[in-house]
Amino acid sequence: MDFLTAKTAYLILSDGTVFKGKSFGAEGEVIGEVVFTTAMTGYQETLTDPSYCGQIVTQTFPLIGNYGINSIDKESEGSVVSGYIVREYCKVPSNFRCEKGIDEYLKENGIIGLYDIDTRRLTRIIRETGVMNGMITTHEPDEQFKSAALEKIRSFRIEKPVPKVTVSKPTKYSENKTEKKYKVALIDYGYKYNIRRELEKRGCDVTVFPSNVTADEITAFDPDGIMLSNGPGDPTDNKESIATLRELIEKQIPTFGICLGHQLLALANGGSTVKLKYGHRGGNQPVTDIDMDRTFITSQNHGYAVVNESISPEVGKVSHINANDKTCEGVRYTNAPAFTVQFHPEACGGPQDTAYLFDEFIQLMEEHK
Amino acid sequence: MPLRSDIKKVLMIGSGPIVIGQAAEFDYAGSQACRVLKQEGLEVVLVNSNPATIMTDKHMADKIYIEPLTLDCLKRIIEIEKPDSILSTLGGQTGLTLSMQLAEEGFLESHNVKLLGADPLTIHKAEDRQAFKDTMEEIGEPCIPSKVVETLEDAMDFANNEIGYPVIVRPAFTLGGTGGGIANNADELHEIAINGLRISPIHQILVERCISGWKEIEFEVIRDAKGNVITVCSMENFDPVGVHTGDSIVIAPAVTLADKEYQMLRTAALNIIQALKVEGGCNCQFALNPNSFEYAVIEVNPRVSRSSALASKATGYPIAKVATRIAIGYSLDEIVNQVTGKTYACFEPALDYVVVKFPKWPFDKFVYAKKTLGTQMKATGEIMAIGTSFEAAMMKAVRSIELGMDTMRKKAFTALTDEEVLEKLHDIDVDRSFCVFEALKRGISVDTICEITKIDKWFVSKLKNLKELEDWLSDGELTQEKYDTAKKYCYLDKSIEAISGKSLEEWGIKKRHAVYKMVDTCAAEFSAETPYFYSTYDEENEAEEFLQQHPTDKKKVLVFGSGPIRIGQGIEFDYCSVHCVWALKELGCEAILCNNNPETVSTDFDTGDRLYFDPLTFEDVDSLIATEKPDGVVVQFGGQTAIKLTKHLQEIGANIMGTCAESIDAAEDRELFDELLEKCDIPRPAGETVFTAEEAIAAANKLGYPVLLRPSYVLGGQNMIIANADSDVIEYMKIITSHKLENPVLIDKYMMGTEVEVDAICDGTDFLIPGIMEHIERAGVHSGDSISVYPAQTLSERVKKVIITYTERLAKALNVIGLVNIQYVVYNHQVYVIEVNPRSSRTVPYISKVTGVPMVDIATKIMLGHSLKEQGYSSGLYPVGDYVAVKVPVFSFEKLHDVDTQLGPEMKSTGECLGIARTFSEALYKGLIAAGFKMQYKGGVLFSVRNQDKPEIIDLASRFEALGFDIYATSGTASLLNRNMIATNFTYRINEHKEPNVISLLESGKICYVISTSETGRDPARDSVKMRRKAVERSIVCMTSVDTANALASCLEMHKSIDDVEMVDITKI
Repeated sequence: MDFLTAKTAYLILSDGTVFKGKSFGAEGEVIGEVVFTTAMTGYQETLTDPSYCGQIVTQTFPLIGNYGINSIDKESEGSVVSGYIVREYCKVPSNFRCEKGIDEYLKENGIIGLYDIDTRRLTRIIRETGVMNGMITTHEPDEQFKSAALEKIRSFRIEKPVPKVTVSKPTKYSENKTEKKYKVALIDYGYKYNIRRELEKRGCDVTVFPSNVTADEITAFDPDGIMLSNGPGDPTDNKESIATLRELIEKQIPTFGICLGHQLLALANGGSTVKLKYGHRGGNQPVTDIDMDRTFITSQNHGYAVVNESISPEVGKVSHINANDKTCEGVRYTNAPAFTVQFHPEACGGPQDTAYLFDEFIQLMEEHK
Repeated sequence: MPLRSDIKKVLMIGSGPIVIGQAAEFDYAGSQACRVLKQEGLEVVLVNSNPATIMTDKHMADKIYIEPLTLDCLKRIIEIEKPDSILSTLGGQTGLTLSMQLAEEGFLESHNVKLLGADPLTIHKAEDRQAFKDTMEEIGEPCIPSKVVETLEDAMDFANNEIGYPVIVRPAFTLGGTGGGIANNADELHEIAINGLRISPIHQILVERCISGWKEIEFEVIRDAKGNVITVCSMENFDPVGVHTGDSIVIAPAVTLADKEYQMLRTAALNIIQALKVEGGCNCQFALNPNSFEYAVIEVNPRVSRSSALASKATGYPIAKVATRIAIGYSLDEIVNQVTGKTYACFEPALDYVVVKFPKWPFDKFVYAKKTLGTQMKATGEIMAIGTSFEAAMMKAVRSIELGMDTMRKKAFTALTDEEVLEKLHDIDVDRSFCVFEALKRGISVDTICEITKIDKWFVSKLKNLKELEDWLSDGELTQEKYDTAKKYCYLDKSIEAISGKSLEEWGIKKRHAVYKMVDTCAAEFSAETPYFYSTYDEENEAEEFLQQHPTDKKKVLVFGSGPIRIGQGIEFDYCSVHCVWALKELGCEAILCNNNPETVSTDFDTGDRLYFDPLTFEDVDSLIATEKPDGVVVQFGGQTAIKLTKHLQEIGANIMGTCAESIDAAEDRELFDELLEKCDIPRPAGETVFTAEEAIAAANKLGYPVLLRPSYVLGGQNMIIANADSDVIEYMKIITSHKLENPVLIDKYMMGTEVEVDAICDGTDFLIPGIMEHIERAGVHSGDSISVYPAQTLSERVKKVIITYTERLAKALNVIGLVNIQYVVYNHQVYVIEVNPRSSRTVPYISKVTGVPMVDIATKIMLGHSLKEQGYSSGLYPVGDYVAVKVPVFSFEKLHDVDTQLGPEMKSTGECLGIARTFSEALYKGLIAAGFKMQYKGGVLFSVRNQDKPEIIDLASRFEALGFDIYATSGTASLLNRNMIATNFTYRINEHKEPNVISLLESGKICYVISTSETGRDPARDSVKMRRKAVERSIVCMTSVDTANALASCLEMHKSIDDVEMVDITKI
């Protein structure tokens, strides 16, 4: 137990609050949007989820890193979180698949970490005041430093993060050797690997396209279905992608959208989005499937939501709502063979209860073959 | 879906007396269920034989039957009450099994009663070994592969060709797994299988894949009729598979599982509950191979359980309430999450802390019993500790469990050599976690410890952190930084002082109090109003914030609970604490509870105005008082756990409501007590105080044998014996002086008279005795183990008057404000005082219920200044009612191998039940049946008694002979009986090594009842103890007091069946 060796580090929030903790992972200074996730497992999936691009992620569960890091449970190649805050990280992880500790992983990926702060207090501040920017630094926040830092913190904005996390060119994966029945174009706004794995498991031949793919390119590819992935940032930043989707709607190709993909399709259909006070991040969000009259526990990670009322009855209807705050969790379109959800049916991390939606996507492709 | 319209009147079956494996958690679940049903406007009929429960309180149900939990009784109650439904899943295994039997017999159908919660098919699928296996196979969930075989060839074939080694061999129908074992290869299996087949009476063994060393993981799952499913909580056992989960240290949530493993098991749990179609709560236990994704379903309980109580307290999610609502028709997405008030029950709690559960075992009482742990649960209770780290929660746990420890270091282990510690690591017993810590202290590596114990490296490493912290604290100067770090891990100041070698003042340390965080089910994602807190050493104090946001003019009263359930301090003290809180609320006070037992009603967050889930030590209490600043504190309802705080509370200036600290001391300190008795002119058996064996022998001879020996400040007669000779005194003093003696040993003349017990309420001027209780067994059997009768049946009016006078004198002399419990012995028509406890007692709930005098409520009102007169009670003995109530103790001997069943001054019972009827003999009959006595009218009765009892058994044996029983006895007893014209069959003792002996006789099935007393005997090697153990194994009623046997004879002589006895709804008394 290194009681004395860890360096002091701080979190400065844009409202001026300062937390004193200790440094782990990479050392240095970083500014980001401070968010919290209530998931109790799946920190590796969280760290590798591209949707967290530009954010400093706080884990509300106090003991992180218990089972270490392995080379399999990753949702993208690297980690794009800006910073990582935990109450306590595990120095002696234990799991048969563990390859390294979380401290080592963060160092390798250049992610600046902060631990030994009261994460519950931080969470309550975010909950009450809404998501805000913050800075992790090892610099002593004296008056001078603090006022300079606050200026930088307050002016920070996550600028068009999608291009940073999408693939550079169309990429075909052929991990799975079984026969492929469906050809799927996955538009990558920062997709989690498990979306692809879930499709492949169900006999899809998946090609991943960059977020700036054009409608013509997709049409030329002639897919059985289009998968719109999750991704980071404000959905309205993605003007080109929205325009592309607007064109694609006309093509009547079976489409399934998740998270940012869900928001973009709504925007393309004339809907609007709104920034939530502090978002939904975790593995315990209840979502009601209105038609089925069933409520499922889902994995979520989003800061924006589609406005329920903005979905015109002419294009479709809200199919899923959050059982807690009644925000939009899914849309079923009538103007195209498309449906989208705000939550993550691919899980990883989080509950697998809504994986049936991938089956529905397969069925939809089958019907339109 | 709303409330089902076809449900109007519901029968709830409770779980009966507290036994190992079925404790207060079902009172918690049952009480929640009753409240929900009543809130929904349904009529509730409750049956439970346990009078110490809150669920049997008058306002919990519309009709309450404290009757034996047998099929016959339930059928009669159903016929009387005609309920339309039974809620089967909230009364533990007892409730579930009875519901199942009623359904299977077709009784429910013929009486138009619906089974709610789980239908018979569900119960069958979960409970029947084969049906369960088939169901799991159908849905593709793996069970532990096993096969029942009757030949060596089949055993070898199954192991070699199907499951591989190691395998476990379990012979059928042998107790405690005798003859079984683990085989690591074919040679070993050959040997063990041959032996097992030979030992099994039906020559059958189960060969099972050995998964010991796998992780044990539990999920609490809830499902509604729509098919919505959620998991409330995951839990991971510190001890790998092989130790019963009730005996394992448990952490919630599971900590060593990656998301992949976690979701795999979570999904499996949801699949299982969907397949079983449970409507309510369900517990799924899994074994997980630590080296792969391989897992097996160990067990599924389609009902609320001990684990669901723990999960409820650990998360704040009220499983029993939600399960009840689901059973009567609601769906999860309609039930509001009471904690946030904004969200719904259809979600999964997120924790931002961890919880450690630590079991409480009865081995401080049963010194000769084996402390090893296995598949048979042995703990009587448990505590829970909440912390922001495992280490912090462990530190809280270790001081909550009341073993006299405040760190993981067990004193007894410090004397062992390193080799001995290493050797001891192999023992799977109650001290294993402490042994691991000692091994770390000795520098034994984490890997070595993990290899020997199979405990996950994560846990061992965490304990190593504590070891390293302690090394750091003891190394050189204690800096503020070191102190603050130790506090973060929840070390007590006194532990830090002990480790660092000097007081905090000397080190110049700035001491600090704990702050409090809220348990809110959602990791602070939503603002919550739950007044449920635990301590940490952070900066922000949410409890203080809560108090500022909820200002009040009300008087704030802090009530201390009674900690873990143990022999001698059971559920009755929880009953008292809860009633005190309710009374306080009714009187317009703010009632705040502090307790650490997750099984109880007292730790339900909406019992009081605020709940603090924390240890009950001086320092923990100091922090709490610093935050709450209560106007008063109450200690007299929380048993010895709370009473122990009295002096300290007085020292820190807390306003102790009710009887003051000096009075409590006067009753417990021998010298002060003697002075008091002298002042009151009340006699007590002569006695002395001693410290050494020599002094003890001298005193015993001066008083004359038999004498009673006990340490002062005792609970439940802990370490108390009756000595008949010097040798007993020597044996006793040797055991007792093996611990450090802080208080002297008391030695008293033992008077073999009638024991009488009185609970009284006093306001300083007037006093009220709700009832006088008389014990069936003569003095010498602990009051908690005696059959107790209200009203007293054999006392003369003169004796009663003396008892009333003495009670008044004592209550007044002690300045009792509230409750006092006094035990008397009536010997040769003289009344002597044995013991005075100025606090609530074990008998308070039962006497409150049968007399209708709400004792705790009255006492609480008195503490707040409302006199008895004001409350409408006159001084003296309360008028006797129309009913006789007999409290019969219940033991858990079948769960505790090697424990002698002979009753004595040391308490052994774990629970109690009550018989209520218009006559004494009918009440006794009900009480005995409720306690599990089988009423038989033919067969054999075996006598084997010590010399001093011989004169009395002539009459007893003739009663049984007249009833038509065959009498059997060992040599001395047999010849005595035959000489007295009672035809007696002779049988050899074990040590005579001839047939027929008592053991073969017991095994023959000819014997219905055993009456066995022996001179002394705590040592399990003694023959008489072996005989009594054999009776327990064969489920033969064994009585160790002639008085109990006479009581049984009286019942049999009535020649009545339960159908001849009135079922009593106590709400009508």
